[in-house]
Amino acid sequence: MPPAAAPTLRAILSKDQNELLAEWLQAQLSASTVRAHLMRETELREQSREFLTLLQRAVAAGAAETFEGPEWASMREFLAAASRSRAQEGFTATETAIFVLSLKRPLFERLRGDIGSDARLLADALWHITTILDRAALYVTETFLNARESVIQSQQRELLELSTPVVELWHSIVALPLIGTLDSERTQVVMESLLQKIVETGATIAIIDITGVPTVDTLVAQYLLKTVAAARLMGADCFISGIRPQIAQTIVHLGVDLRDVTTKATLADAFMLALRRTQAKLPQAAGNS
Amino acid sequence: MDKIPILRMGKFLLVSIQVDMHDRLALQLQDDLTNRIVSARARGVLIDISSLEVVDSFIGRMISNIAAMARVLDAQAVVVGMQPAVAITLVELGLSLEGVRTALDVERGMELLRALVAAQALQ
Repeated sequence: MPPAAAPTLRAILSKDQNELLAEWLQAQLSASTVRAHLMRETELREQSREFLTLLQRAVAAGAAETFEGPEWASMREFLAAASRSRAQEGFTATETAIFVLSLKRPLFERLRGDIGSDARLLADALWHITTILDRAALYVTETFLNARESVIQSQQRELLELSTPVVELWHSIVALPLIGTLDSERTQVVMESLLQKIVETGATIAIIDITGVPTVDTLVAQYLLKTVAAARLMGADCFISGIRPQIAQTIVHLGVDLRDVTTKATLADAFMLALRRTQAKLPQAAGNS
Repeated sequence: MDKIPILRMGKFLLVSIQVDMHDRLALQLQDDLTNRIVSARARGVLIDISSLEVVDSFIGRMISNIAAMARVLDAQAVVVGMQPAVAITLVELGLSLEGVRTALDVERGMELLRALVAAQALQ
């Protein structure tokens, strides 16, 4: 902040804070981006007041233009909390940034009124306040995006865990109903949880049901074959069931070799076969030759 | 140098790998086991790898080779107790041990071995 512009700005922020707040709120509430159902006016007023107080404190502390300085620490903290809560409440990134940017107009008008005709001083003051507010808005947007990102990531993780339940159908028969698209990360989780369950339950037969898998390409087929091979290495037989007609056609057209794997059209068929194998206690049930 | 013990149970041999396999040990085991199959006239070999937590392609191939050698010497070989991580590693390495019989634990492995030997006796 150049010494010429600083006192004016400081004066406006401390002396006229209430008027400034009123004008700012007016601007925010009349804007087209207002979301009355997402945030109440009292809450908005509280946030705006806190923002102004923090801004005043930072400016009064003689803060340099850099937003990263220690004088701005509490401001950054406040903005981070505000934008995180907005991200959770369903605001868009623009709406969140506009919260900060909408302060420009009332503040500029006050500056013009106070500084008057000194064009050089006015330009200086405008430039510096713009720099600060833009940095604040960018910071808000960035935090907002980070918050959204972390929400997406945690949802992805939950989905990953939710989507791979291994169920015990019968004594020493487990089934893994797959739902959704398979990618390499998910296949890893699927494979691990299936093998882990085989160890826990001592199952000799595992059925992978792919009724809920929308498409099977060569990659997915390869994942399935890998899982079958790994289960076999541990001493469990693996059937694949729930192959829809469309998928059967795709598999043949792709030239995927599923001859070494027992495949059944429905889970019921696979389960019947599994029951027959385990009840008869055939030695082949524990490993194929 | 430590050695992997080979235990005899009737007409079967039981090998339990309790230590980290390294290449020399695997070669030694291959040597010992083939000799022992011949001298004991074993009809079946049970290889328990439940304590094996780390494998590489060499060890994977050794397991496969040992099983194949046992078959050549007219003994059925069954590998039991493979850990999930080991199974995944072997599959990722492209070693799905075709032709090696597997079982979940020693008990089931013994069951399988007895059934295999009984089936063979009829031929």
